[in-house]
Amino acid sequence: MKPPIDTRTADERQQRFVQHFLSGVPHLAALGIAYRSQGPDWAELAMPFAEQQLADPDYGIIASGAIFTLMDSAAGFAVHMMLGEFLPIATIDLRMDYLRGPAPGATVTGRASCYRMTRQIAFVRGVAHDGDPDHPIANMAGTFIVTRPTVVA
Amino acid sequence: MTSTALARALRDERHGRLDMLPYARLLDLRFEQDDNEVRLIMPFSLGLVGAPGRLHGGALAGLLEIAGLAAVIVAQPDADRLPRLRPVTVTADFMREGTPVDTIAAAEVTRLGRRIINVSSRAWQFDRGRPIAMANINFLADWPEA
Repeated sequence: MKPPIDTRTADERQQRFVQHFLSGVPHLAALGIAYRSQGPDWAELAMPFAEQQLADPDYGIIASGAIFTLMDSAAGFAVHMMLGEFLPIATIDLRMDYLRGPAPGATVTGRASCYRMTRQIAFVRGVAHDGDPDHPIANMAGTFIVTRPTVVA
Repeated sequence: MTSTALARALRDERHGRLDMLPYARLLDLRFEQDDNEVRLIMPFSLGLVGAPGRLHGGALAGLLEIAGLAAVIVAQPDADRLPRLRPVTVTADFMREGTPVDTIAAAEVTRLGRRIINVSSRAWQFDRGRPIAMANINFLADWPEA
């Protein structure tokens, strides 16, 4: 059974907007990072393998900086989902634990969720994995500052 | 991820490019060194932009990590026998927005252990005393079999 046509169109419209928005971010385009999916307080991005992500051709390992970029972006995207609007945000700090290297040539998926939001600070956590979210290649924890419009009394 | 090519460049040249490393080439990194330290330069380019008019924090983190790696390589007592280095944890703090100009980074090895190497890395644009981002990086060193 098909879902109601209106809901589906709205979802698709939102997804297309997000896809378009992300493809317009130059550094994500440079690394090949693309939209995967989203929810009320989480977001998922994917980074299919590409040569320019390699730290070192001797080892064929993806640069940790590329995985950092994936997770920072997924985290910011999750904060925007939690906010429900595009307010200006900036990363305060972000910690990555690199548990193991991804399988050679694998697509790396970055999933982040915003688990607490205060008026000014958003708290995020997430994982990067190469196929199985239960066996992550990296863990992420971070905080963002949110700039809300000032209400004039 | 110690590239032998990177180690050779840092041993033999005072300045140059890091094109031997694909990700460093994406960031268009150059290096320069004097007797005290290695500095990395990341020239502004459109491909580094995250939010409009600002450098992506991930590009800054990538720069900080490679600056850390370079500092660890030059700190090794024997340039011909280097461990394979992998970051275990990276904690990056972002202090100021990265504006569309060149960014410079340099790192200090806080402790050069045999297995764990602690590094503090700093990136700045106009004033070294006003960093735009810093990172604490803990590398694991894997030594080749003797």
